[in-house]
Amino acid sequence: MITEVVDKLKANFPASILGVKEFRGETTIHIKKDDLIAVATFLRDDPDCRFDYLSDVCGADAYTPENRFEVIYNLQSLSSRRRLRLKVFTDESDLHVPSVTAVWPGAGWPEREAFDMYGIIFDGHKDLRRMYMPEEFEHFPLRKDFPLMGIPDSIPLPRK
Amino acid sequence: MGLEHALGDSVITTRIDAAINWCRKNSVWPMPLGISCCGIEMMALVDPRFDASRFGSEVMRFSPRQCDLLIVAGTTTYKMAKVVRKIYDQMPDPKWVIAMGVCTSTGGMYRTYSVVQGIDQFVPVDVYVAGCPPRPDNLLHAIMMIQEKIGRGESRSTPMTVAEERRDQQLVQIGI
Repeated sequence: MITEVVDKLKANFPASILGVKEFRGETTIHIKKDDLIAVATFLRDDPDCRFDYLSDVCGADAYTPENRFEVIYNLQSLSSRRRLRLKVFTDESDLHVPSVTAVWPGAGWPEREAFDMYGIIFDGHKDLRRMYMPEEFEHFPLRKDFPLMGIPDSIPLPRK
Repeated sequence: MGLEHALGDSVITTRIDAAINWCRKNSVWPMPLGISCCGIEMMALVDPRFDASRFGSEVMRFSPRQCDLLIVAGTTTYKMAKVVRKIYDQMPDPKWVIAMGVCTSTGGMYRTYSVVQGIDQFVPVDVYVAGCPPRPDNLLHAIMMIQEKIGRGESRSTPMTVAEERRDQQLVQIGI
């Protein structure tokens, strides 16, 4: 079961795990930001874990004074069919999070999406450009302080 | 009338404008721009059930150089607006535009930062089609209205007169 994975992770990285949450059969582990790559590599390579598939990376804005942004990694093990969620917190003053593209190359586009929508900077990402919004756009639309209708004239329209 | 009388029933006389408009309106070649779900209904327009060829509009061309009717079918985002405008600019004059569906006409239910609230903000629109998505009948009606417009010789994209063009060039020269 997934508890084996959590126990093994706790034994190997006692200082990196900030908390484990269980909700409706889904396990979420909060990881210290600096140890993300080590934990991710372990989860991928350890024969008892084998989380070889990264379903998604997404950002979230809690709009709190501390730990405002979080990055969520949804992992899946294709051999044992287990799922696990990792969470990393970051602040508005320090938007840098290590990129997991070296561990799971498929993280490239979802990380670009999180950068586009929240402005989270993934260190080590080879091609961190905007995903959906135009290149010249300066704001981050899924942040809670971004107005729903956008900022007037922030995206130029062609001349009529 | 004297000329027609002299020529008999086998020859009719008309103005060259009227003849050209009559030709134009019966072979409107659409440029399909199916940028979201309205595009599916637009495809149904040319199928045997709705049969746009009854109106001479079945020749959907995928090159704007060969088209005179732009059908913008779908939600137009700010990022896509440049593409729509570029395709419109590539079409030869005279040209007509149908804004198909509520998203294209007004932004529709996408009242949000990324969607242009109506494509008439950056291209001149001749006919708006209501519906989400509109039925192909509705789009056929729009094409018939375009045909009426062409028959009257109306186009919102009339080429610039020589005087206007010269004025524009002068404005460019003095840096406006």
